[in-house]
Formats: sequence, structure tokens, C-alpha cells
Amino acid sequence: MSKENSILKINNLQTSFFLEGDNEVKAVDGVTFDVPKGKTLGIVGESGSGKSITAMSILKLIGHPGKIKGGEILFNDQNLVESSEKEMRKIRGNRISMIFQEPMTSLNPVYTVGQQISESYSIHQGLSKKESKKKVIEMLKLVGIPSPEKRINQYPFELSGGMRQRVMIAMALACRPELLIADEPTTALDVTIQAQILELIRELQDELGMSVIFITHDLGVVAETCDYVAVMYCGKVVEYADVKTLFKNPRHPYTVGLLNSLPRSDMDQEELIPIKGTVPSPDDMPEGCRFAPRCPFATDLCREKLPNLDDIGDAEQIRCWIYTDEWDGDPEVKVYEPQK
Amino acid sequence: MNRKNKELLSVENLKQYFPIKGGIFGRTVNNVKAVDDVSFTVYEGETVSIVGESGCGKSTTGRAILRLDTPTSGKVEFDGVDLVSLNKKQMRKMRKDMQIIFQDPYASLNPRQTVRQILNEAMEIQNVVPKSDRDDRIAELMKTVGLQPFQADRFPHEFSGGQRQRIGIARALSVDPKLIICDEAVSALDVSIQAQVLNLLQRFQREMNLTYLFISHDLGVVRHISDRIIVMYLGKIVEIGDKESIFENPQHPYTKALLSAIPVPDPEIKKERILLQGDIPSPIDPPTGCRFHTRCPFATDKCKEELPVLESLSHMTEGHEAACHYAKEIETGEHKPTKDITKVR
Repeated sequence: MSKENSILKINNLQTSFFLEGDNEVKAVDGVTFDVPKGKTLGIVGESGSGKSITAMSILKLIGHPGKIKGGEILFNDQNLVESSEKEMRKIRGNRISMIFQEPMTSLNPVYTVGQQISESYSIHQGLSKKESKKKVIEMLKLVGIPSPEKRINQYPFELSGGMRQRVMIAMALACRPELLIADEPTTALDVTIQAQILELIRELQDELGMSVIFITHDLGVVAETCDYVAVMYCGKVVEYADVKTLFKNPRHPYTVGLLNSLPRSDMDQEELIPIKGTVPSPDDMPEGCRFAPRCPFATDLCREKLPNLDDIGDAEQIRCWIYTDEWDGDPEVKVYEPQK
Repeated sequence: MNRKNKELLSVENLKQYFPIKGGIFGRTVNNVKAVDDVSFTVYEGETVSIVGESGCGKSTTGRAILRLDTPTSGKVEFDGVDLVSLNKKQMRKMRKDMQIIFQDPYASLNPRQTVRQILNEAMEIQNVVPKSDRDDRIAELMKTVGLQPFQADRFPHEFSGGQRQRIGIARALSVDPKLIICDEAVSALDVSIQAQVLNLLQRFQREMNLTYLFISHDLGVVRHISDRIIVMYLGKIVEIGDKESIFENPQHPYTKALLSAIPVPDPEIKKERILLQGDIPSPIDPPTGCRFHTRCPFATDKCKEELPVLESLSHMTEGHEAACHYAKEIETGEHKPTKDITKVR
């Protein structure tokens, strides 16, 4: 794993949902990764890969019938899995903040923008009304909202989608958190607005020196914003690498499949190469490697035994039999060939 | 993009206003000008895409063509027939030749019907296949879109998102249409599934000589599938041209900004990004003159007053048109932006 200082270390995190009749859905099934200090880690994966549940687990926002079953979440050496609700309250919105995909449903419609942002100041910093109002205006200015003195008294419905997302960011960053978790923050926005918001998050990160976990399904956004990437599939990390390595030399057949099926706006492609089949349903998980039924290289070994997430190189990890000594398929197998 | 092909669809001066009622008498106090004077032509066998951000009128254009909403004014000619003048019954008949696939496959399939009933209904209404042959046709359709024939007796909720979209495609294909309007048809799908559906659509186009009007906000998808592209902003076409011209030689400042805003999945590319200021204005009271002038870095007083028209200039290829007063001057560098808006990543 990376040699840099980590702000967050997740070891073998397991979060499950317990449905009626002893039915356990393992949404996050042994996730391990590091978030280096001051850097951005991207978590990519398709729907159902467990990326959002991982984020919710970090803040312990998993409600009934879900439960964190095991593993460690080390935030500056404090294990959040063991932390009490009282301790978590001191962390949420203060030292770790989160922004969500849909800004309209995550803002309270009956409070003004100013009231919602100033809440963090009164709870975490005990500021007076007057002091926090000043801070709120400062914060709104920082996220690029014009005439903040007026906006402070507006309700969320009076703002456009991009403006609402700016308010969400202002709220999340109010207490200058050490770690920001952004869960698909630009997915609901138009591209020109997305460009503004991504730029804003980047600038604020430089200014405040915070670390970011960026959850997205958009590989373009990953390439532009992240320093490191964890690719998730069916509740597991299948590949972890720095962003340049991942795009230049993707190793896991799933990562390769994602890149090959992506229609590119910057080049012409003859044909898209989709990944065949669909994501397996959680109550019918394959025995061995989760990706084996869809993998063009899968052998009997893959179908029978689950590979480990192994270190390769300095800061890279891969969960695939091809890169192990036990590999029983074609030794010369070429997983990735760059498209022209 | 074969100009020799015959015109299949021509849209002339299409306007679609939605009235806003107000006051105690419920009079129309204003209009949402969702589509405001749009003209274009679609040739047989090609894929034309309409791109733009939310509120630009791309979906409304698609719906107006199918008369799912009755246009305020303008002419829509399909295969030589003026659709706007048809009555409901005649229009229903026409829809055999023009089908639509919607974004959300779950909301567009009746949850209480099995797939067989859904497909049967489509064929029944258009009366395309005799009753006795329908089961065979359904089995064939299911196989064509990559599903198993026995799955036809299942309900939509038993399928995944990608499979539901395949059912939507099967329904559109069941009546042997000439034109299919794909309204964000792959936007809700994961990339691996999206690629499967895109390949499927392309295969059908080759095999059945289908014509697509592809409505999307995803420029990667659009680049992959289109022959020609229409860029819309606030109810108007700002640029139209073949794929190469739009992507390699965009002329309108909005098209340029839109293209530069797409995140590219390559961390080593350094690219110049045009960051637009502000949001899209409301279509209720759109800006005068060029609709884009409130966000355009090149805007002058002329842009605030005069509405630019679509035109092709000497440095553009045939059929490539842009609606900008300064297209030529920006190209030659004579007209410079009023503020620096580019940012290199």
C-alpha cells in the first residue's frame, strides 16, 4: 500500500444487510484501502458494487437492518468501528464531512440556507448567532455563490441545482474537515456545471489541505480529479493503483472491461467492447472470483477459489489469479491492449 | 450521413410553448419557450443526435415530433406526410413507423403486464403481425435483443435495468418502425451494460436500415453513435453539423465550452477548459438576442440585441452551420474574449 501518510486506513471492512429469514446481503465484503493525507482517492464501480455503503460505513450511517460486521476503520489511529455514537457525533460534519449526489433531497426544505450551514458552527464550535452568520457568508463566498448576504435567507427550492450543490459543499466544509467524502457529487448536474463544481472541489482541497474520497461511476471524472483509485466490484476492491498507472496499465479484467466499454468523447472508436452478462445478484454470489462468470480469461481456479488482494509494486494492489504463481491459464495472457 | 439518401423527417420552424396559467381567471400569463423555432432534416438510415444540457428542449423536440405534445406551431414532415395536420387516429397509424425508447425503462413499461402482453399490445394496436404468428414473433424479438424467449412471461420487475431497456427496444422494434427516437435511452445504465445496448442499437441499424434520432446529454455516447449532431441551447439550435465537424472544429462558443467540459478518461492529457460562468437562464424569460450571451465570454452589445442565425462560413464544411455573430472573427483571432475563461488542468 502507499508509503505516504494515510489519514484513513480501512482494513477488511464488512457491512451486511440482514433481511427477513436469515437472509444476509454482504454489501461490503472485506474492503481494504488507504486514503493518503491531502490526496484524493477515487472509488469507482457500477451500481451495486458497494461504493456508497463503504462511504456510509466510514461515517457509521448504516441503519437497521444493516450492520458493520467486522473490520477496522482507522481515522488518524482512532478505530471508528469501535467508536461510540457520542464520539461519532463529534467527528461527523466536523472532521469528516460528506456531500451527496442529490442536493435537493439532502438539504432541508423548510430551513434557509443560512440556518442549515450555521448549524455546524453552533454544534461543533459553539459560536453565537452573529458570529456564525459572519462565517456562513464567508463560506458561501468561498464556494462561489454570488451575493451571499441575500442567499443566506433563501430556501433550497429557490436555488438552481448547481447552486444547491455549492451550498452542500459549503455546509460540508464549514468546519474545515480533514476528510471530505463526496458521493457522486456531480452526477445529477449538467457537464458545464459539473466542470465548475469539480474545479471548486479541487481549489478548496488545495486551500484547505484536506483529503478527499471521491465516489463516482464516471471514469472521466476519476481521471481528472483523483490521485489514487480503488475499483470495486460486488463489495470488494479488485484493483488499487495511482491514477496514471490505472489508466495506462489497468490489470484487472474488470477494470479493463470498464475502460473498453466506455464511449469516448475525445477519440473515435470502431466498436465498444462490452463486458458480457450482468452483475450477479447479492443472494447468488459466485463461489470463487466474483467476476469469473463475466471474465473472458476465467479458468477453473477462478471459478472455485477467491483470489486475495495482493500487493504488487509500490502502491498497487490487485485481486486476480492471473498475477499469482498459482495461475493455471495461458501464462502469456494479455489482459489489456490500448485502443487506438 | 449520406446526403443522397432521401429525407425521412423534416422539421421546420418548430415551436413548442407551454403556457403558464395565473391570476384569478386562470389566463395564460406567460409561456415556457421550450423549443423556439427549430428546423432540421433527418435522412434515411442515419443517426442524428440532439445534445444539450437540461432545459435546452431536446426531449421536447422529440416529443413534439411524435406529437406526444402537440406543437404550438411549425411543420413536421415524416416520409412526405405533414404530421401536425393529422388527426389523432391518423397519427396513431403513423406511429407504427416512428417509435420512441425512453430513458427510464422501468417507468415506461406497465408493471402489471408481462413482457408478452407488452409486446402483444404494441403489435395489436398497429396490427402488424397476424394473431397466430405473434408468439413466434415475440420469441424472435426476445432473441434479437439478447433475452430468452421463455422470459417473455415474466414481469418487468423481474428484469435488471439493462434487460428492461432491451424490452423497451423489443417493443419499439415489434412494429417494424422506420425511425426510432431514443430519448436518453442509455443514460440510466452502467457503462458495461450501456455498451451492450449501444452495440445492439448499431447492429439493428445496419440490419434493418433504421434511422435514429438520438437525444442525449452524454457526448461520449453521441460521438460514438452519431453521423450528424445538433447542439441546442435554451430552445434553439446553436450548431449543427456532421460528427467530425462538431468534435474537431466546433464553431459556437457554447459548443466549445460544452466539449471542453467533458471529463476525459485519460489522466495524462492536459487540456484547456473553458469554464462557463453562472447557470442556464430560465426558458420563461430567455435572454434577448443570442440566448447564450449571458454566459458567453465573447459577447458584445450586438449579441444582446440581435439574434444570430445558423450559417455556414467559408472555413466550415458543407452542412456545418453555427449561430454566432462572431464565428469567423473568433476563428481568425480578431475577436477576443472579454475575460480569461480558460483553465489548463
